[in-house]
Amino acid sequence: MGSDDALFGIHGKALQIRSQRMSMLASNIANAATPGFKARDIDFNKALDAATSQQAGSVDDAVESNVGYRVPVESSLNGNTVELPVEQTQFAENAVQYKTTLQFLQGRVDTVMQALKGDQ
Amino acid sequence: MSTPMSVFDIAGRAMSAQIVRLNTVASNMANAGTVSGSEATAYRALKPVFQQVSDAPGVSTVKVTQVVQSNTQPTKRHDPENPLADKDGNVWDAGVDSAAELVDMIETQRQYQNNVQVMQTAKQLTLDTLRIEK
Repeated sequence: MGSDDALFGIHGKALQIRSQRMSMLASNIANAATPGFKARDIDFNKALDAATSQQAGSVDDAVESNVGYRVPVESSLNGNTVELPVEQTQFAENAVQYKTTLQFLQGRVDTVMQALKGDQ
Repeated sequence: MSTPMSVFDIAGRAMSAQIVRLNTVASNMANAGTVSGSEATAYRALKPVFQQVSDAPGVSTVKVTQVVQSNTQPTKRHDPENPLADKDGNVWDAGVDSAAELVDMIETQRQYQNNVQVMQTAKQLTLDTLRIEK
């Protein structure tokens, strides 16, 4: 862990959490018609705090302890709490944020590559 | 963590479930005009039962556990001319609510599209991640 943290800083863990959040939001969208399904989501800020704090465990643990159930704007008769517009917005937002994190990582890699190659 | 379900598994299986649902809608629409000689043998709409499948907390997809006959009642119609009519001259029209089936079809289509969109986004992000060192 130590050496790749020095290179990627906070962004490596952020990317992992974004990726897990994408899976979770995909689960919500997949279960949009399943009776009784309860939509869930990751609190990204809290998960990232937990993953990067001093006594941090694995990213999986940090994510697992910061998962919550979505509170529906309007409840449906079959107990399903997925609201597609909400999930789609969150999914799109998360995808953009994933790309942003990826850009930060790309910047770090570019910097190191430039340092390795020298002035060529 | 042992290989958790990927976004492709989640969206892919959800798409399969929606296809099963579309098949039942097609069956119901096809049989909407079916006539039967008794109430017991009359066609009743088929409905899939969706259930979530989860192998890790927070990550779950969906499957069709069974396809059941709905309890939409066939409508009795007096039509002595019909060769299928019983001794009282009654026939039973299929218990299919065409309007509800059409609504179901549109809903299925939208949810299938949603899953395709999820898959496309996930594919693009995965490819972007693979290309990071270039």
